[in-house]
Amino acid sequence: MPAFLIPAVPELFMAIAAMVLLLAGVFREKDSTAILSWLSVGVMAVAVGLILNIKGSGTAFNDLFVVNAFTSFAKILTLIGAGLTLLLINSWAHEENVARFELPVIVLFSTIGMMMMISANDLISLYVGLELQSLSLYVLAAFRRDNARSTEAGVKYFVLGALASGLLLYGSSLVYGFGGTTTFDGLATAIKSGPSSVGVIVGVVFVISGLAFKVSAAPFHMWTPDVYEGAPTPITAFFSVAPKVAALCLFLRVLVGPFAPMIEQWQQVIVLISILSMLWGSVAAITQKNIKRLMAYSSIGHVGYALIGLAVGNEEGARGLLFYLLIYVLMNVGTFAVILSMRVKGRYVEDITDLAGLAKHNPLMAAALAALMFSMAGIPPLAGFLGKYFIFVAAVNAGFVPLAIIGLLASVIGAFYYIRIIKLAYFDEATVRLDKPGLLTGVLMAASSILMLVYFIYPAQLVSGAESAAKALFLG
Amino acid sequence: MGNFLTHSPILSIITFLPLVGALVILAIGGKPDVVARQSRIIALWTTLLTFVLSLTIWIYFQPGTAAFQFEERFDWLPQYKIGYHMGVDGISMLFVILSTFLMPICILASWEAIEKMVREYMVAFLILETMMVGMFCAMDMVLFYVFFEGVLIPMFLIIGVWGGGRRVYSAFKFFLYTLTGSVLLLVALLAMYFQVGTTDIPALMQAQFSREMQYWLWLGMFASFAVKVPMWPVHTWLPDAHVDAPTAGSVILAGVLLKMGGYGFLRFSLPMLPEASAYFTPLVYTLSVIAVIYTSLVALVQEDMKKLIAYSSVAHMGFVTIGVFSANQQAVEGAIFQMLSHGVVSGALFLCVGVVYDRLHTREIGRYGGLVNNMPKYAFAFMVFMMASVGLPGTAGFVGEFLVLGGTFQVSTWTALLAATGVILGAAYMLYLYRRVVYGELTKDDVKAMLDLEPREIAIFVPILIVVMWMGVYPMSFLGIMNQSVAELVSGYHAALKNSADIAPLGSQFLAWLR
Repeated sequence: MPAFLIPAVPELFMAIAAMVLLLAGVFREKDSTAILSWLSVGVMAVAVGLILNIKGSGTAFNDLFVVNAFTSFAKILTLIGAGLTLLLINSWAHEENVARFELPVIVLFSTIGMMMMISANDLISLYVGLELQSLSLYVLAAFRRDNARSTEAGVKYFVLGALASGLLLYGSSLVYGFGGTTTFDGLATAIKSGPSSVGVIVGVVFVISGLAFKVSAAPFHMWTPDVYEGAPTPITAFFSVAPKVAALCLFLRVLVGPFAPMIEQWQQVIVLISILSMLWGSVAAITQKNIKRLMAYSSIGHVGYALIGLAVGNEEGARGLLFYLLIYVLMNVGTFAVILSMRVKGRYVEDITDLAGLAKHNPLMAAALAALMFSMAGIPPLAGFLGKYFIFVAAVNAGFVPLAIIGLLASVIGAFYYIRIIKLAYFDEATVRLDKPGLLTGVLMAASSILMLVYFIYPAQLVSGAESAAKALFLG
Repeated sequence: MGNFLTHSPILSIITFLPLVGALVILAIGGKPDVVARQSRIIALWTTLLTFVLSLTIWIYFQPGTAAFQFEERFDWLPQYKIGYHMGVDGISMLFVILSTFLMPICILASWEAIEKMVREYMVAFLILETMMVGMFCAMDMVLFYVFFEGVLIPMFLIIGVWGGGRRVYSAFKFFLYTLTGSVLLLVALLAMYFQVGTTDIPALMQAQFSREMQYWLWLGMFASFAVKVPMWPVHTWLPDAHVDAPTAGSVILAGVLLKMGGYGFLRFSLPMLPEASAYFTPLVYTLSVIAVIYTSLVALVQEDMKKLIAYSSVAHMGFVTIGVFSANQQAVEGAIFQMLSHGVVSGALFLCVGVVYDRLHTREIGRYGGLVNNMPKYAFAFMVFMMASVGLPGTAGFVGEFLVLGGTFQVSTWTALLAATGVILGAAYMLYLYRRVVYGELTKDDVKAMLDLEPREIAIFVPILIVVMWMGVYPMSFLGIMNQSVAELVSGYHAALKNSADIAPLGSQFLAWLR
């Protein structure tokens, strides 16, 4: 293999494997969703191995593509999120009789897109990765094509997503026009060399708007509740973890990379969308009755906290953000495993009142749910607290005390709706009796909630992973 | 043995032993009634063992020094300079004992009262014990915060699942009130970490903060501790939480959780932020005096026994905050002693309510009357605790109030005078309660049918009776332990103030203008 391709080996491997799996699906006569799903998870596992093998940093494709400790960390996180949710998707598809072999393949393709985004070192490769991801996601949202809400979610996601891509492209073209180049390194030099022109600033604001849409930060969040509600539940789980990680890491790379000299300009924008997301994510969730819509607002809120790490714009902030994402992914997978276990006589239910009295007839699931919800609310000693703690440490250390206070007060409002779910499960009488969770969802929710509970015993290891990743980001 | 103890992580063992008990309870399998019975037994033995172990730190405690003892250190999150640092001094050690002492009593008090989800109940209580003991032992601010906040989770569930009345409302109110205060404490904590670069409590005690910064930090901490104490006007969660919590939940709430606020003032506000503490002392005095008088008057008109005792708690804790911020040896020792005695006495009073509630399932004072005729043992126990709450000399309640008032008198005559009216009002509402419940004609048939204390209940009350009398008759066994630590705290506080003599306390101009 040529040396210049070595940094991209994981992505190349995944792309080839995805195509092979696609062909295998086409030519196999029997339904092969299960096999392909497990093979796709295997491919992702191998990709993690390959990523771990890459030492140091390097570039490929004429500097369009970069790898370092930061991209490796972000990619592994994305792959963990994608792999775990793919398992959920597979078991769901068989229960609902919508098993089609394209499902795992599309997930695989969108994951490749995410990895491209994370490693993008040029506005062009950024856009290519983003679109590969987004197009796959649109298809996934509408995967139940005989279901009106799923189709609606897909169309909505597509129309608004296309708008956001347009904003991003327009911003990129302005940046290119005034900066003279599309490579991140070139832009960094060009912007550093002189006072930033209005054109670049306007371009950056457009780029931020496009990316804020992709991470579903307020005020660009409107699509999120509808898409989360309409899309099939395990697909929603996938939406809420893997693309979030990829888009936030890309956000981080773009802003602290080429646009680092303009920190004063973009910082105020990020602070604003962070505050809006935290507040709106907390307040709007209070009145939600559908658990998937609630999770949509919850994810908007969580993105708001993560964006504090970005707004701070230094290594400590990046470390906090990465660590927050790590906890968020593990927590969300467990929560969606619980949501996927909300079934009454084999039929999926989504109303939060269906959780009432869960502690009486299924104490273990209720305990897992309680641990996850307390963790989401950021109550110590659960892992969610540490995630918030590191974010706020970074904010206070950088002098953003009012931002930290607003964030913490928003987390109190947010705690209200998280503990309302615990109230339903523990304090209320059962109205319906949920079925026993399946093996896979049971294992995932147990693993995730136990991790949230015991993470406090030895947190240092994962923190140092996030630390070296953040260091690598600021070296380049 | 002593040598062995100083080298073993005794504080961690005491802290996490209840957690081990909780895991054991979770591992029991079998029929529901077997699980329930075994959960009770395991919980009782775990808490008893924890109590016995905690007595060893009392025995081997060196009262001659103000330094932290039984220290344990372990690099927990070196990237953020957060250490697992445990230790106790004369101030915190007695609170550890208080927590471990009340815990077996709570388990015994819940023996028959709790019938549903017994296993989960016992687990929640054991986790609660871990959090409480850990909080008093924590010598790192983040660790402290983790335990301080962690208490919310089991307590929220205890009120909400096993409570009565408007349990959901009360549980939410308790949770959100406390959480709001706590996040402001977290901001203060982060700001201190930013200034000093460590979260180690002894190191922070040595740190100097600018005057301006101290004010903000003090207010952030005050938001949290004042809610916990609770001080007027943020006390409104307490009556609700008490009324709707199960008996044992009320005992822990009054006995230990309220002390976290007072302990926080002593551990953080006073030693770390002396100038701000001096500046805000008039504010604390004012709120405390209002608490003492106003909540005593409110207690006088209550028809619900638990609510009455809850309001009396606010009044008694008002003495504590006055004592803490009077900041002399006598007043601070009085405040700590008052916290200990209130922990035992108000806990016992809630148990007294629990006894009659278990029999008649009402807490309305008017439903009772004449209990002395058919429940003489109960009437005796209730009388002792009632007198202790009033502050009768010879009982635990007297010493704390006397020391606080004596110490405060030297600093602010008016505050001491106004607070002293609370003692009189306290006697009024407690005696009035006792008269209505215990004396009078025994007319109602269902009240006539009530049986006197059973052996289990006697086993609950006897240890508390002994402690209440012991604290009243020979307080030196408690004061002697805290003496050195309080002396160090007070002298450090005044030394810091001497270096910056020009603090005009909040509102002093206003008072000068008034004169």
